[in-house]
Amino acid sequence: MPDLIAKSPLAGIAPLTRGGTTLAEGQAGAITSIAPYPGRTPQVGALLAPLGLSFPEPNRVVSQGAARILWAGREMAFLIGAEAPAALADHAAMTDQSDGWALLTLAGPMAEAALMRPVPLDLRLSAFPVGRTTRAPLNHMQAILTRTGAQEFEVMVFRSMARTAWAELAEALEVLEARAKAS
Amino acid sequence: MRLTCPLCGERDRREFYYYGSEDYLNRPAPEAPPQAWDDYLHNRDNPAGVVRDLWYHDMGCSSWLVVTRNTVTHEILAVEAVADRKGGAA
Repeated sequence: MPDLIAKSPLAGIAPLTRGGTTLAEGQAGAITSIAPYPGRTPQVGALLAPLGLSFPEPNRVVSQGAARILWAGREMAFLIGAEAPAALADHAAMTDQSDGWALLTLAGPMAEAALMRPVPLDLRLSAFPVGRTTRAPLNHMQAILTRTGAQEFEVMVFRSMARTAWAELAEALEVLEARAKAS
Repeated sequence: MRLTCPLCGERDRREFYYYGSEDYLNRPAPEAPPQAWDDYLHNRDNPAGVVRDLWYHDMGCSSWLVVTRNTVTHEILAVEAVADRKGGAA
């Protein structure tokens, strides 16, 4: 059997910096979706406790070192950067989604403004602080947005839309930089 | 038009998919008379005023919602998750 070469969704695309703000591909590592069976959220939380995690409240992220768990919709969360405990299978539906998502990072002083162009939400620090995540449209794409720092965001989209999401965010950065230079 | 999703908060209308009348939640029993199935599948009121409809938050949390709104004033009176209703999926 031939050796297959795993490629990340945006392999070969170099990071783009405009106006001190950098758009780059991030590496999420393992992503497992965890959807607790009806009424089993407490058991799921108990099994996540040894990892230092819990089942997140809506729109929240729980982090512990390299492992984190993002709320990803109604009664669903994505465990990222950690192996899901096998015993979870008794209490939740789990799916390996590692290769299903593209992760883009946006960091710098224009990150907030750039992301608020394609996303119809208030993403200012006061309304969307660190540790918050949300499912929201990035133009026509169903995205998961997470604030990882005062000027840093992570954007997750379906892998098939990686280049479109990149193009939209790159364009937003280009426009904002041009406007900043013109004024 | 903005809807306040119980999980996601206030969101733009384009995040939601409109399905139809709340009647779809009241499925007749399998042995119900044909008239009940006819009503369930085909017969709808079309009031000028308050209506209750099913919406799906497809760009957000994937919740089914019952939205109470007024078709005359365009006022949104209530948004509730179908799953939170008695007998809904937990």
